[in-house]
Amino acid sequence: MKILVCVSCVPDTTAKINFTPDNKEFVSAGVTFILNPYDEIALSKAVDLATANNGTVTVINVGDPSNEAVIRKALAIGANDAVRINSLPRDSYFVAKQIADYVKKNPFDIILCGRESSDHNGSSVPVMIAELLEIPCILFAKSLAIDGSTATLDSEIEGGKEIITTSMPFVAGASEGMAEWKIPNMRGIMSARTKPLIVVEPIEVAQKVKLVSYDKPISRSAVKMIAADDASKLFDIIREEKKII
Amino acid sequence: MSVLVYIENSEGTFRKSAFETISYASAIAAKLNKPLVAISIGKVSNDELDKAGQYGATKVLNASGEKLSAPNTQAYSSVIAAAAKAENAEVIVLSASFAGKTIAPRIAIKLDAGLAENVVSLPEMDGAFTVKKGSYSGKAYSIIEMLAGTKVISTMPNSYKVVPNAQTAQVVNFDFAPDAKDFAATVKERVKAGNAISLPEAELVVSAGRGMKGPENWGMIEELAKTLGAATACSKPVSDAGWRPHSEHVGQTGIAISPNLYIAVGISGAIQHLAGVSSSKVIVVVNKDPEAPFFKAADYGIVGDAFEVVPKLIEAAKAFKASQN
Repeated sequence: MKILVCVSCVPDTTAKINFTPDNKEFVSAGVTFILNPYDEIALSKAVDLATANNGTVTVINVGDPSNEAVIRKALAIGANDAVRINSLPRDSYFVAKQIADYVKKNPFDIILCGRESSDHNGSSVPVMIAELLEIPCILFAKSLAIDGSTATLDSEIEGGKEIITTSMPFVAGASEGMAEWKIPNMRGIMSARTKPLIVVEPIEVAQKVKLVSYDKPISRSAVKMIAADDASKLFDIIREEKKII
Repeated sequence: MSVLVYIENSEGTFRKSAFETISYASAIAAKLNKPLVAISIGKVSNDELDKAGQYGATKVLNASGEKLSAPNTQAYSSVIAAAAKAENAEVIVLSASFAGKTIAPRIAIKLDAGLAENVVSLPEMDGAFTVKKGSYSGKAYSIIEMLAGTKVISTMPNSYKVVPNAQTAQVVNFDFAPDAKDFAATVKERVKAGNAISLPEAELVVSAGRGMKGPENWGMIEELAKTLGAATACSKPVSDAGWRPHSEHVGQTGIAISPNLYIAVGISGAIQHLAGVSSSKVIVVVNKDPEAPFFKAADYGIVGDAFEVVPKLIEAAKAFKASQN
């Protein structure tokens, strides 16, 4: 069983998000970059599946050399080898095309991604990879079980879930609950240094969207405190002042 | 040329987000001076289909073929893309619901279109076509220029108001049979958690955290939510501890919500939690600790013991609801 896990590097969850004065670039100075949390769940699941099915896990990332520390962490968690497409991740379509192109030359049975990345929240890369490969995508998968050549997944929908079965190959977006987080042990960390990490040059991809600038949410005005004894006035106050109820 | 909007139904009834999406698409169609065509997939009654006309659609494509009666995002994507081609749609709009997010990227690839997800406002169309979308898990927005001739936009739920715009909508059958390969994955079963209000679409949310001390104390949170007609949510430590289901966890690694009113009880307000709720229009924080960081991010704050304050809020909610009727 060959499993591919697509990973991206995102700012640490506690990072303050700041942009250059012209609002055109994210300020990465002083920011720690980590493995996208949902991708880490996907990777943990992949390692579990590979262990149970005598399979292998490859991680793939579209990024520049500064991503290699995070890729090594993925190897330490248990991936067998890694591929880095040597390019900044310009947009979802660009990233998906790079990965799909790699998979067309190097087939996999299962492609796992995180359901979204914490920087762009698009959830589009997994779906685009699936469309480019003409295979199913189960995007908000909370569980994944393999039985021979069939996979069964619980997928989140509004107010509930769908139970989906699919043939392989397929793409799944890992949601919370699919696997327990794995903490790399000393052996994992040591072996990560020598596991293969190959660098592949990107293919040309037409550009359909372009980032123009960033914007910050309008900050709220100062909090209005209401005494606990006056708590019962809350809804009237909100109705009168905010008019949203 | 037209604008095409996909309206999602759940067991034959259009969801609230469907009408928001039609209103949004209708505004774009008006700006472009093009007709708005809606497409519905699955078994939906004519009475229900006519509703699309109340919000601006002048034609409703009814793709009700037998093979499409069960939800299937891969097949539905093929249907919508085919409709976009048939109607020569320049802009295709969907709600960024769970299904919408699974469909929009496929359509973009099938139509060689640009894609913008989680868009929060109408596009600017003077010269360049740009949209504003949510980024960095609620901490920022990005402005994206869509360069391709065809544009696919998914809209963040609860970000655009439903606007009545009554038209005479012509309901037309749309017969398109997706390829067999679109059915490689099938939905075996749909499990709904009772009448739970879906968090991503909820207008009102009551949320609680570790300040509640244990899962056995959630009764009053559920009662406050029920009285208000709100969805219930929780912080990450609480769902990690198994006090509440993962599906209620709002935050950076949980669900992002954008309700009109978010009431947080016994939640300190870590950055990761704020990331999931910062799009809320009004935030109310109830916490025993006056130093809780959440107060800095709130519109209204009540320093007090949840076990004393929440019962007062329940009574107030009952009175408030009664006064509205």
